[in-house]
Amino acid sequence: MQEALRRFRMWAERRLPALTRYRRPESLPIVLHRRRIYIVPTGFGMAFTVLLLVMLMGALNYTNNAALMLTCLLGSTTSASMLVAFRSLNGLRLANVRQGQAIAGEPMVVQLVFTGGDHAHASIHVEFDEHVEAFAVAAQGETVVSMNLPTEHRGWQPLPRIKLWSNWPLGLFHAWSWIYPDQSVLVWPRPEHGGPAPVIPGEDGKQKRVHQGEDIAALRAYRAGDPQRHIAWKHSARHANLLVKDFEQPEAQEEWRLDWRQLSHLVPEARISRLARWLGEAEAVGRPTSLWLPSEDISLGHGRSHYAHCMNALARLP
Amino acid sequence: MIRLSLFRKKKPETLDRRPFDLLCITVAVVLGVHAPHLPWWLTLSLAAMLGLRWWQRRQKQARAPSYFKLPLVALLCGAVVFHYNTLFGREPGAALMAGLLVLKLLETETPRDARVGAAFACFALMSALLFDQGLVATILVALGLLPAIATLRALQPARPPTTLPRELLPALGLLALSVPVAIVAFLFVPRLSSPLWGAPTPEQTRSGLSDDMSPGNFSQVLLDDRPAMRVTFNGTPPPNAQRYFRAYVMWTYDGHTWNRQDDNRPPSQIEYGPAVQYTITLEATGQRALPALDVPIKAPDDASLGPDWELRADHPINDPFTYRLSSSPIYHLQAELTERDRRRALQLPAGFDPKALALGRRWRTQYGADDMAIIQAAMNLFHDDGFSYTLAPPPLGSNAIDDFLFGTRRGFCEHYASSFTVLMRAAGIPARVVTGYQGGYWNTLGNYLLVRQSDAHAWGEVWLPHRGWVRFDPTAAVRPERVSLGSSAADAASTDWAPNRWLLGWRNHWDIVNRWWNQGVIGFDTLRQHGLLTPFGVHDTSVGTLGLLLAVGGSLFAALGLLWAMWNRPDTDQARAAMQQLEKRLAAVGVARRHSEGPQHFFSRAARALPSQRDELEHLMRTYLELRYAYEEPPADLLKNFRQAARDFRPRRVVK
Repeated sequence: MQEALRRFRMWAERRLPALTRYRRPESLPIVLHRRRIYIVPTGFGMAFTVLLLVMLMGALNYTNNAALMLTCLLGSTTSASMLVAFRSLNGLRLANVRQGQAIAGEPMVVQLVFTGGDHAHASIHVEFDEHVEAFAVAAQGETVVSMNLPTEHRGWQPLPRIKLWSNWPLGLFHAWSWIYPDQSVLVWPRPEHGGPAPVIPGEDGKQKRVHQGEDIAALRAYRAGDPQRHIAWKHSARHANLLVKDFEQPEAQEEWRLDWRQLSHLVPEARISRLARWLGEAEAVGRPTSLWLPSEDISLGHGRSHYAHCMNALARLP
Repeated sequence: MIRLSLFRKKKPETLDRRPFDLLCITVAVVLGVHAPHLPWWLTLSLAAMLGLRWWQRRQKQARAPSYFKLPLVALLCGAVVFHYNTLFGREPGAALMAGLLVLKLLETETPRDARVGAAFACFALMSALLFDQGLVATILVALGLLPAIATLRALQPARPPTTLPRELLPALGLLALSVPVAIVAFLFVPRLSSPLWGAPTPEQTRSGLSDDMSPGNFSQVLLDDRPAMRVTFNGTPPPNAQRYFRAYVMWTYDGHTWNRQDDNRPPSQIEYGPAVQYTITLEATGQRALPALDVPIKAPDDASLGPDWELRADHPINDPFTYRLSSSPIYHLQAELTERDRRRALQLPAGFDPKALALGRRWRTQYGADDMAIIQAAMNLFHDDGFSYTLAPPPLGSNAIDDFLFGTRRGFCEHYASSFTVLMRAAGIPARVVTGYQGGYWNTLGNYLLVRQSDAHAWGEVWLPHRGWVRFDPTAAVRPERVSLGSSAADAASTDWAPNRWLLGWRNHWDIVNRWWNQGVIGFDTLRQHGLLTPFGVHDTSVGTLGLLLAVGGSLFAALGLLWAMWNRPDTDQARAAMQQLEKRLAAVGVARRHSEGPQHFFSRAARALPSQRDELEHLMRTYLELRYAYEEPPADLLKNFRQAARDFRPRRVVK
């Protein structure tokens, strides 16, 4: 049933380009207006109309003018609610799209920034792929809606076609509009699961020494609150003040110079996922890294923004 | 009650507290408007169940146990059958509907349930109007739509948070906005020429006049302050003493009750003087009698005159009914009495009221053939012999007339009319009882006569040779105020229930609104529809024409509504408006401003593309930049300059 409906929709979109006129990607900001807002009665709206007809027949049959007036009032309220439904979408503006960070396969948080027209927009739903999120925008106000975009592959991923709809105010009419922002989000490559550590030529000895003397890799001045058993008593004896063995960042100062060219035995995607894993591991322990890629040479650095920079570069690789 | 869960796809969401509260209010209003015609114990138990359910869901967030539902439905049906002996019909239907609505609340847990409940409540509200379509009832029912609409509105997610009373305001706004369309629809909806299915049976307990009369059975009517009818006169209204509206003429007396008999003979002969023209709007009576001022000359459509000049409608009056009449206060009715009628007018039951009969016979021997003297003797009896007018008379025995005349001597119009007629018959004068209304309140504001149920009256008619039937009102002999001021004034001295004057005055003035409602809304039928359109040159009021008018009116309002929905406030930033105008013109010659392109870049690009207009464009750019960035509050003449320049700028297409 669902599948047939989907196929029918696909066919309709192919055969009736007028319906899909606004379904091509378009640049921001996107303003909803009368030529792209569609309205149909909801199932409840249909049932309510039948109820109104029954009431109308009853009132006419019993020549009961008070009941007839009430039915007319309810009927015109129903029609007026259609205009209100239209108005709740009309003038709504998708001003901006902010992307979050996500590796392929994990949902990415995408923030849609909506701004209101000259009236409030209540009870708008943003929907794509079965995900629905309701929000309201005040007149001239701004509302940020976060949605989780599922990702599959690294690289630029265009935003899907998004349905904005509203059953406001009475749930009798369903007004909707499609928006298809001409925006793509950058999805980071997925790191491989396990694998060798990077081989750093010419620095083997240095690395070994570091590993041997791990417990005294760093000594620093005593700070209030350091545990007593971390105090290096022997070293402290030779100095004026207490020294403390620093176990927290034993390898912190070691840098990894990651190079695309060193992984020539792998296919490009495998290289990318290995580099992504190394970058992730280095970021987790705060190790400075540099990255050479055919497209870009990123010098040494550490921290979240450096990691994001490197991952973006990896994601952008052809 | 039992729900099909076949087509349910998603897991049902739970219902918030606010829509549930609003739904409870809606159901309470439905119960309230139906309460007047439901048995009190049903109303009370439904209200209690409603309150319990509200408390239970609010305090405990609990569901009603499902095994409760079917027994409760069975119990409800049982109670309705027990009270009405049937499940079908208007009253049992209303009771069943109110009960089911309350039971629906028991299983209301999802938005869908609440939606169904609110829609059903709308229907239940409308059905309350089948019982009472007065102005107040209609307004109450229309206000009952507010919580129903607010419930539907509260079911939508992400709406601005407000307090419960404020939830009703947008619903009121929506209703108020739809009033004009509702009026157009009401005016032009084609009415049915004949009902599609049986119209409801009239209420049997409706108070008012009936086609029999026995001393004492008016006492309920005389205490009933509801309007019976409203009369507008063309020209001056007749004086109070002539405002006798005849409804029933009664010939037969069985010692206790006077009865009228159906008689299909044509109206008897009549001679009449100048006539007065008037229109009566009669409230629903459930009967066929149409009161008419003594004595109507010609029957209106849908009605006929009986032999005694009573006006009878062809159908029972189940809705307020308006008819036009002319009557003549001066008349000679049935100058020749047939032998059969004479016998009927002298008939008396055997074995009742010996003393009254003896008194009548004694008058006959005393005054000989002088009928007028006998009548005068009867009037003198009532006037001088210690009779008094009261709406709370003592009870009478089996010889009712004897008990009244020679015992209690306290009573109201029925007692006097009845005993007067018996005395006349005993004396050998043909006589009969007439019931109807007398008097009324003259509403100066609306220029009409308001006749209440409490203006119901009974009097006698005596046949005199050469004069025909002549009206005699023995009550007037006892208490002239009854005829000149009305029954409550006449009774004021004897009892203490009379409402205070101010309240009565207020009610009399308020009646003008009721009259307007009855005539303008309740009485708006095919004929009025026709009358409404004729001045506009539309003489054909077929279903097609009305449908067309309805469509035209509806489209007009739809256009207005669309204008409202699509209207955007004009841009108040004049500089931006002028700039947008410029951008549009430049885009037409191929220089479209890109998103995220600053004004300076845009203007220089335009100047490169249109070298012949470089100076103009550079001037525009400088002005715009100055306007935008140089001042906190740009001077007015600078803005004016820029708007002028922008308006005058016409890009010349480059010939390539």
